Amino acid sequence: MHNPVSLPPGAHLLLADAPAQLLPARELMAFTLASHIILVPMGVALPLITLVMHYRGLRRSDPTALLLARRWSAVMAIQFAVGVVTGTVLSFEFGLLWPGLMGRWGDVFGIGFGVEAWAFFLEAVLIAIYLYGWRRLPPRTHFLLGLPLPATALLGAFGILAANSWMNTPQGFRLDATGNPVDVDVWKAIFTPMFGPQYWHFVVAMFMTAGYVVAGVYAVGILKGRRDRYHRIGFAVPFTVAAILTPVQFVLGDSIARSVFQKQPIKFAAMELVWETDTHVPEYIFGRLHPDGTVTGGIKIPQLDSILAGFRPDTQVTGLTSVPASDRPDPTEATIVHWAFDIMVIIGSLLGLLVLCYAWVVWRRRKRPAAERLPQSRWFYRSAACAGVASVVAVECGWIATEVGRQPWIVYQNMRVAEAVTSTRASTLWTMFGVVIVVYVFIFGSFLAVLLKMRTRWRLEDAAAGTATPAEGPETETPYGPRAAVPAASAGTGARAGEDGTP
Amino acid sequence: MTTAGIVALVLLLAVAAYACAGGTDYGAGFWDLTAGGAERGRRPRWLIDHAMAPVWEVNNVWLIFVLVIMWTGFPLLFQTVFSSMWLPLALAVVGLVLRGAGFALRKPIKRVAGRRLYGALFAVSSLLTPYFLGAAVGGIASGRVAPGTTASAEAWANPTSFFFGLLTVTGTAFLGAVFLSCDAERWNAPDLVGYFRRRALGALAVAALLGVAALFVVPTDAPHLWSGLTQGAGLVLALVAVACTVATAVMLLRGHTRWSRFTATGIVAASVVAWGVAQRPYLIPTSLTIEQAAGAPSTLVWLLVVTLVALLLVGPALVLLYWLDTHAELESLSESDLREGGGGSPAGSG
Repeated sequence: MHNPVSLPPGAHLLLADAPAQLLPARELMAFTLASHIILVPMGVALPLITLVMHYRGLRRSDPTALLLARRWSAVMAIQFAVGVVTGTVLSFEFGLLWPGLMGRWGDVFGIGFGVEAWAFFLEAVLIAIYLYGWRRLPPRTHFLLGLPLPATALLGAFGILAANSWMNTPQGFRLDATGNPVDVDVWKAIFTPMFGPQYWHFVVAMFMTAGYVVAGVYAVGILKGRRDRYHRIGFAVPFTVAAILTPVQFVLGDSIARSVFQKQPIKFAAMELVWETDTHVPEYIFGRLHPDGTVTGGIKIPQLDSILAGFRPDTQVTGLTSVPASDRPDPTEATIVHWAFDIMVIIGSLLGLLVLCYAWVVWRRRKRPAAERLPQSRWFYRSAACAGVASVVAVECGWIATEVGRQPWIVYQNMRVAEAVTSTRASTLWTMFGVVIVVYVFIFGSFLAVLLKMRTRWRLEDAAAGTATPAEGPETETPYGPRAAVPAASAGTGARAGEDGTP
Repeated sequence: MTTAGIVALVLLLAVAAYACAGGTDYGAGFWDLTAGGAERGRRPRWLIDHAMAPVWEVNNVWLIFVLVIMWTGFPLLFQTVFSSMWLPLALAVVGLVLRGAGFALRKPIKRVAGRRLYGALFAVSSLLTPYFLGAAVGGIASGRVAPGTTASAEAWANPTSFFFGLLTVTGTAFLGAVFLSCDAERWNAPDLVGYFRRRALGALAVAALLGVAALFVVPTDAPHLWSGLTQGAGLVLALVAVACTVATAVMLLRGHTRWSRFTATGIVAASVVAWGVAQRPYLIPTSLTIEQAAGAPSTLVWLLVVTLVALLLVGPALVLLYWLDTHAELESLSESDLREGGGGSPAGSG
């Protein structure tokens, strides 16, 4: 590939002084990604949770389960709509902020995005059918048409994680004399060493998060005294999905940490605040790294880091100082990575404890009637309500650990973030950042407002159940609600939409 | 044809698909903007909401696909376009965000002032986004950028860009009006059939005028494009577009709205493909050929494989969606349906 604007290898040594536009570009990317990632668990995992509930409803002719499934499908659709918007922004930002990355490496790692785009396309089609198929399609057909949704979501995640794991452990190319990648091997570029650990850790995190968030909503309802069947199964189904996956995540989380230790030793050093390469390395819980290599604050546990990394206290752990200062995260970045990692691990451990409580109670009550099988303790439901928020925080922390831990590389050991950044002036980027913040606050605020409004309408609907049929359904005024009936023609034609198909 | 050539064709077809599907959507936004006050515009706006609801997201996913093919297949093209067209593309993406949010979130707002705000966001960005995307295409077509060009106003504020921007907006308005007219027939709102047919004809007339204006702008400002459009395959496609224009005009005048959808889509698709074919062998006339910009050969092959597999998966799904939509099979269930029928069953009782 002929690329007259790329830099020769070694030119990055001259870029020690970061260009002024680097900071706003990074902040803008971080902000838009951090916002988008909040929607991802719902996009990836809510379809499956909804279909589980839908299946239950069809199998047992359970109107409550069907009601929940339909309401969740409405939430799924609204979050998908906002996700499409914020996702489109991200793909524009690849070009607007990091033209150097895409120009030189686009053909090496871009194919994952190709898979993702098509998967996403399929998901958009199927969501539309699933959402608007409730009334007219035969129930079985409708359910079967929804069934591929989780698969498309997993395929989309496959594409994105392939691209991200390639940035962490790039391979599948050879550099020519001018520093451009040639001899691209797409297969090797997709299945990089970090791909497997990242993919499974991510996917399971998405399912757990979606499960805990949805269950959290009903946990709040139960805390407010709504212990009806609607709230019980609304809580139990997603919480059980998340609970089953929590121990799995322990194994996967341990495995990815070990992969980072082996494949990205400098990132591991930042995650664990290891300054000098050494054996018998202590583990720090929190604490702050200083430019001279000392750590203040936090809890120090001797030998533990070496034991965790290689099961033996004499395991050698690579330190940050094993590479020049310009090739590793600075002390502030390392502290951020370390904190993000620790918070994620602590949240994971707490969720594990919660799941143990849940499993213990449900097992002990297994012979009681269905209505009494769930835990009764208010503290349990308080914790369950927090689990949703906590798992979103854990997802953000995991993402921070991955991305900040790779600094200063955008392509690990091959291209610095500073080399990839646009040449657009810093002031323009700061302005754009300001505009994006305003727009995102507006969008996410509206998104939340819509969800809360739907909840209120559903509650009113449930309260009025059986007494009267309201004039308009609770979702009529929501983005994906039933399409409104035609307003009366001003010319008096008396036209009436025939969408009901009823005489 | 080389592998890079085939990928370039796939890219062009994806652009054409976005122009048709996304264009219809933007057009609906254009007519939303011009529908008049809250009371007068109520029925057209209802139709716009009603027609767009199930398909608007799918229509806009084409854009993501266009971007992905660009950076995977032709990384240098992607880098060049995004470096030199920074501002119009940044404005287009802000427009895209506001548009999506405005459309999706307008519905729940009850108060007129709020609806107006969201509606205005939706409508104004439906106008600006296609304009800036069109202007960027104009900058490329006129060969104003080259690898290494930094962002400058000249790249997108020039006669060809201005012309392309206006043509894009007119094209979307035209497509939107044609489709809405068909939808009005489908949803049994006869007064709106004529309402949108008149607007489709108006937009078509403006597009024709712009076509004439092109004779004054393009030959001097974008000479390579002009020579491509006046000979060979480029000329054939341009003539197809003209033939479709005449056919659409006749059908609209005679009231055969139903079939005008196909010829209207034909105009836009043929115009986009004509532009791409006229640029051969360049992706950016005279500075970047398809072969120069092409990514690694193995990537291109895999990109085609992915595209083919996806086509086999997405094609049937897309056909199913449009079929179900046009056969009025897509209705969401209301709460009372669930209560009475135990759920899932067709709401015959309602």
